[in-house]
Amino acid sequence: MLDLKIKIGGEAGQGMQTISHTLAHVFTRGGLHVFSVQDYQSRIRGGHNFSELRIRESPVFSMTRGVNILIALNKETIDLHKGELYEGGVIIYDGEKIKVEAHQDLLSVPLDRLAQEGGNRLYGNSVAAGAALGLLGYAFEPLAEVLRDVFGKKGTVAEDNVKAARAGYDFTTRNGHSQFPWKFKPLDDRRRMLIAGSEALALGALAAGCKFVSAYPMTPATGIMTYLAGKAREWDIIVEQAEDEIAAITMAIGASFAGVRAMTATSGGGFCLMVEGLGLAGMTETPIVVVEAQRPGPAIGLPTRTEQSDLEFVLHASHGEFPRAVLAPGTSEEAFYTMAKAFNLAEKYQTPVIVMSDQHLADSYWTIDTLDMSRIIIDRGQLIRPEETEKLVGYKRHAITHSGISPRALPGYPGITVVTDSDEHDEEGHLTEDTGLRTRMMLKRMRKEIGLAQEISPPKFYGAVNPEVLLIGWGSTYGAIREAVDLLQSQGQKVGMMHLSEIWPFPSGAVATALESARACFVVENNATGQLARLIRRETGKAVTGKILKFDGLPFSPEYVMEGIK
Amino acid sequence: MVTLKDYAGGPTAWCPGCGNFMLLRAVQEALVGLGKEPHEVLLVSGIGQAGKLPHYLRCNTFNSLHGRTLPPATGAKLANHELTVLAIAGDGDCYGEGGNHFIHAIRRNIDITLIVHDNQVYGLTKGQASPTSDTGFATKIQPEGVILAPFNPVLAAAAMDASFVARGFTGEKDHLVGLIQKAVRHKGFALVDVLQPCPSFNKLNTFAWYKERVYKLDEGGKYDPTDRVAAFQKAQEWDSKIPIGVIYTNPKRPTMEEQIHAIREAPLVKSAAGGPDRSRLERLLEEFI
Repeated sequence: MLDLKIKIGGEAGQGMQTISHTLAHVFTRGGLHVFSVQDYQSRIRGGHNFSELRIRESPVFSMTRGVNILIALNKETIDLHKGELYEGGVIIYDGEKIKVEAHQDLLSVPLDRLAQEGGNRLYGNSVAAGAALGLLGYAFEPLAEVLRDVFGKKGTVAEDNVKAARAGYDFTTRNGHSQFPWKFKPLDDRRRMLIAGSEALALGALAAGCKFVSAYPMTPATGIMTYLAGKAREWDIIVEQAEDEIAAITMAIGASFAGVRAMTATSGGGFCLMVEGLGLAGMTETPIVVVEAQRPGPAIGLPTRTEQSDLEFVLHASHGEFPRAVLAPGTSEEAFYTMAKAFNLAEKYQTPVIVMSDQHLADSYWTIDTLDMSRIIIDRGQLIRPEETEKLVGYKRHAITHSGISPRALPGYPGITVVTDSDEHDEEGHLTEDTGLRTRMMLKRMRKEIGLAQEISPPKFYGAVNPEVLLIGWGSTYGAIREAVDLLQSQGQKVGMMHLSEIWPFPSGAVATALESARACFVVENNATGQLARLIRRETGKAVTGKILKFDGLPFSPEYVMEGIK
Repeated sequence: MVTLKDYAGGPTAWCPGCGNFMLLRAVQEALVGLGKEPHEVLLVSGIGQAGKLPHYLRCNTFNSLHGRTLPPATGAKLANHELTVLAIAGDGDCYGEGGNHFIHAIRRNIDITLIVHDNQVYGLTKGQASPTSDTGFATKIQPEGVILAPFNPVLAAAAMDASFVARGFTGEKDHLVGLIQKAVRHKGFALVDVLQPCPSFNKLNTFAWYKERVYKLDEGGKYDPTDRVAAFQKAQEWDSKIPIGVIYTNPKRPTMEEQIHAIREAPLVKSAAGGPDRSRLERLLEEFI
């Protein structure tokens, strides 16, 4: 069964991601499934970066160890990654540029010269993509199609790139290892999508009717505002780059107060600044969606790498108490639907909803069948329309109700005023220091958590029922855990997984039952202390058997998960 | 017809003799004079004695956090630019905690009127120095007097080419009403820095201290507020004579709202009703194939 990995390494700026992305599209269009990750450093030029893609005939969720083709755009890539090569694997490199000792794994392709012969040395990436395809014995035409789509009608650029790719393709077809063991063909022409986590989060926001995005750029969250800014004109969305994260969240809160769906996105460091705004949304009962794309901390940490160390932070962020929801999608597909749910929850319960992402989710690409727009239902909760005048008689923005939800009118509705305050306030929204009223308002706001808890989906289960070993994860570890379960089950072990993509309000009942059903339970978390494990203990009173943790800035592989079960 | 009664609010919690009373009255009279109904007006305030103002009159109110007056006001204005949005802040609120937002609101030139209650002292926290406190001003925290140079908001705003920069004085209420009305009518970001005595905590810059120094720029008819060099000179007058009135204006700067495609035809809150079209969304997926 096909399971092939291509790693492309070089310095920042050499275009590893372009090659990887081009190939990912070629294979996805060929009916194959691709998963691709990016590993980069916090610099624009130089350093060592790589992009890696894995191709299978069935859905693929994670990267695994081992490489079939290594495309080395510099010598350092060869030194760092040659040990990862499978027996029979090949390193494509430009022997006219990179001097290394001859070795049977090395296949020199004159990337630079072929690019120049094609008209421009900038086309070296297309030569490399063609060379990889030639080695794989894959059809050339799909690559030509993708290049034509990417470069469009910019003069002769598209055709020049196709020529360059053809030169690379012909070179490896002629000079490649005819014994290269992993040759394959397109499966079918099913039109699947290739989408990254950040793109899916942004697309989900757009589909959910988000009209206002204010954010401050921060890796790995920037992709969300970048995507939406690109769509702003066509979709009438306002995307404002705020002066800081405090402005970003409070601007979005102002827009939401005035009646439009609004969001912000940041990483942990930016979220630190947003914390007071989170409390403001909680107190003024203003809907807001915040994407927190985690990276290793504290402080600046590893800016371009991945971690899941902000779970407890987002659960407790802000002084004081108010209801919130915390969602943590595991794949790009789930990220899309999660955003739609986040906006509905925020508006129904008039409170902040935090969607957790991280660099691994944000920057990785998945092949998915499609996204079903009919599943996106916009529910604006108890938002009063201006013509519903009977509901506006004696209007009080923070009316005390059984559900805790106060019907929401907007500033500008004739005949009424809408008042809210970050101070404790009365039902009308005016500040109060009445202690009895304070108690009633707190209880009103906290009652919303009862309804909110009922909206939270139970954890997702995969693999064996009543397993010997239950692997528990949240967010972007979904893929690595799932594939670890597949591998262990194929070895005859009774293993299952429980994945939490909706974490708060905590689904205690379902989690407790699952813990009881398994002989041993391990959390798998990209952090140093096992934050989910602590949360489980706190909410269910049950301890897990062990913790499989990783906090070097890199995502899990299924192998790493398997090795952690002891 | 809108009257002062429409803007009547609840009891206040300010100290007797506070300049805020005249400021509140000036805001109410200005809005009535402009014919604005309370539902057409949104006041966004921060924290401090100034931040309480919106609770003492009837209108839409978002009483935000300390320093966070301009960002929610900006968000609300962009979401519904048919609202008349006034940001109400104090000197510590706007020039200290919210200083970054002040700078960037000027850059955006969003059509918001910012009224800063500038009493050169912290009132709510009982008498510490503010960014506009005069050098040498002694407090419990600065017992030997403030050693920092004061922030000059009107000079800073003029230097940043703010499209409307004015200074008022609560001791000249009718003049202040006129300034607020000009600021609201002005298309673009308008700063009205209002000198205001704090009888409880500022024993230096008292009502009498201001009264003997302020003079009206617009009296005599010679001052041209579009002359930026003249504005720089006026904005730097302080110790013996303090000008009030419109200090600088640049009517040529386009507003932020005029330049945003999404709200060219209707306010965002109106065009957002109904949600995006499903078939258009499905076509969008083609871009990922």
